[in-house]
Amino acid sequence: MAEMIPIKERMSRSPRPMPEQEVKERVRNFDEVPLGYSKEDAIYEAQRCLQCDPPSCVNGCPAEVRIPEFIRKIVDEDFAGAYLEILKTNSLPAVCGRVCPQETQCQMACVLSKRGKPIAIGNLERFVADWAMKHNVEEKHEKVKKSGKRVAVVGSGPAGLTCAADLAKMGHDVTIFEALHKAGGVLTYGIPEFRLPKRIVKHELEKIKKLGVEIKTDIVIGLTKGVDELRDEFDAVFLANGAGAPQFLNIPGENLNDVYSANEFLTRCNLMSAYRFPEFDTPIKIGKKIAVIGAGNVAMDVARTALRLGAGEVHVVYRRTREEAPARLEEIVRAEEEGVQFDFLTLPVRVLGDAKGNVVGMECVKMKLGEPDESGRRKPIAIEGSNFIMQVDMVINAIGTTANPIVSRSATDVRTDKRGYFIVDDETCATSKKGIFAGGDIIRGSATVILAIGDGKRAAKAIDKYLSEQGSKDH
Amino acid sequence: MIGGILTNRIIYKKELAPGIFLMDVEAPLVAEKARAGQFVILMTGEKGERIPITIADYDPKRGTVRMVFQVVGKTTAELSTMKVGDTLYSFVGPLGRPSKIDKYGTVAVVGGGTGVASIYPIARALNEAGNRVISIIGAKTRNLVIMEEEMRSVSAKVVVTTDDGSYGKRGFVTEALREVLKEEDVKKVWVVGPAIMMKVACDVTRPYNVETIVSLNAIMVDGTGMCGTCRVTVSGKTKFTCVDGPEFDGHSVDWDEFLNRLNRYRAQEQLAFELHKRRS
Repeated sequence: MAEMIPIKERMSRSPRPMPEQEVKERVRNFDEVPLGYSKEDAIYEAQRCLQCDPPSCVNGCPAEVRIPEFIRKIVDEDFAGAYLEILKTNSLPAVCGRVCPQETQCQMACVLSKRGKPIAIGNLERFVADWAMKHNVEEKHEKVKKSGKRVAVVGSGPAGLTCAADLAKMGHDVTIFEALHKAGGVLTYGIPEFRLPKRIVKHELEKIKKLGVEIKTDIVIGLTKGVDELRDEFDAVFLANGAGAPQFLNIPGENLNDVYSANEFLTRCNLMSAYRFPEFDTPIKIGKKIAVIGAGNVAMDVARTALRLGAGEVHVVYRRTREEAPARLEEIVRAEEEGVQFDFLTLPVRVLGDAKGNVVGMECVKMKLGEPDESGRRKPIAIEGSNFIMQVDMVINAIGTTANPIVSRSATDVRTDKRGYFIVDDETCATSKKGIFAGGDIIRGSATVILAIGDGKRAAKAIDKYLSEQGSKDH
Repeated sequence: MIGGILTNRIIYKKELAPGIFLMDVEAPLVAEKARAGQFVILMTGEKGERIPITIADYDPKRGTVRMVFQVVGKTTAELSTMKVGDTLYSFVGPLGRPSKIDKYGTVAVVGGGTGVASIYPIARALNEAGNRVISIIGAKTRNLVIMEEEMRSVSAKVVVTTDDGSYGKRGFVTEALREVLKEEDVKKVWVVGPAIMMKVACDVTRPYNVETIVSLNAIMVDGTGMCGTCRVTVSGKTKFTCVDGPEFDGHSVDWDEFLNRLNRYRAQEQLAFELHKRRS
């Protein structure tokens, strides 16, 4: 094992930033913005780790990645070993290394974050995963005894993939059902190429297929096949269909021609490759001046995609301020760097159109912040008489998504809450119906990839336990 | 592959009329669940777009789904050149809600162009449910009239119209519908065809206060309620054609908005079609 550098030096070293594409270059392409660590960068950063025992960083990780262990292996230049260490608990390291909000999870829990210099765990995870992909590091699959049990997973996003991979490793036969023609869920249709290249998603999917997981695309559970049927055909079912239905503000003019939902805009661009029209057949429109409503990660993805598609001006319109914006700070900063303009404390009240249905403007009202509401954030209040018209020719709604009822409609006795999300046991992800489990956005509404991964892991454990209990009852 | 059966394979193809094709696709899971009024979404190739096509018929025993389409753009042109034995890149369904079939008494079904193929399973289901079905089918000219025999087999009466008078009654299906409403006690009407035809048909039935169901051919991407590109205003509320429809009460649809939304990608659609024609 390589010697760790002295503690004093570890404490004094500054975190190694990850090189990025130049702003003026990157706004003209869909290539990834952060370029990744070199071997030297990774070792330099890994050497800063204090190797705490017990480690506090792991408490911040829903996937329980063995963080100090994998970082130690980077110091030893055993990158393949580091990768296998991560894979022990997380089947999607190349994804997590890119899109996890580490600053509010593992890195926030890192003891060095008190000094404002947490270990760049996400950057290291990404380095390790990319290195392993480049060098074809394969997980050696110990021959697990086949259980003979079959599990159906609904949805091939992060929750479904994680649960499927874990169950396959435990010896169960897993089939994933995906409604779209390509697997990956939000990783494929939602997150843009410049933040999560699709070749990465493809690689992670191949890896999971190698575990023996079968992915059946083009099957809409709830229409092509019902949940009740799956329950009859399989020994257990995991519902991870996401919260895919777009929400609208329900203001006049929202059905004008150039008003998109973020889902439509991103799906056209990412899943259907509309940014390469006419090479690809799916078209997308782009305005001269675009308003993106909302300030979450999806809004940032939309705004930055719009710039890359050639929009003249992109405005993020948000009713609160930068401080309350739900997007990762990193994403807001990148959007600002790239020229996205932010109109805070602004609420759209009406979209204006011409006779042909084209958008010609958006009426907004100015807001101020009042007392904190249930979410703990200060409640925005409209300032009377402050209405004004924003000159835009396209509006993209990124105010969030909600449950799509197709799946739950076909699931008899599986209880949902008022908003249509499945009600589950926190520990086991079990629903009200025996043998049916649920996780990811469909139990809480749109959240993060890593929370979905955490659900997938917990559900896999619970399903495995359930199946073994069923098995012993049968014999 | 599903249960060892190769799916999405074209097993029958026929040109019903110039530019109008009938195709049977092997898709056992879709065929098993399909009902009148539902649709599928398909892709011809990896770089293709997802287009919705109404199910014209389905045979759960053979595991096949029938569709009828007219060449109107790049994807339908590409589809029309695919041969028996070829496999579609993607074929998913059945999507949308099925038609509400009940015993109403005398009903009228109206189909324009390829809309005739979409109205056929509805007419058949209505007939089987014991209704007296009056069918009105129309096309621009004689050789574009499709599925007349099939329609006759499930209808008590069939009126055929052509715009140029080369066959049946001269004029539009909407005028023939007005005649039928004058003569018969029609309890409910279904109309499937070009948007403008459905809009006019609703204007025709409105004074008679007859419930009129239309099947909207909105632009779609996923077809499962995820993107919202197919949204339409019905009775002042936003609905998604793919999951709330495709059938709606035609008298409650905001037709001007719907017609505008159909034109959103006209320029790009024409460009793609032009480039395709130049290549082939």
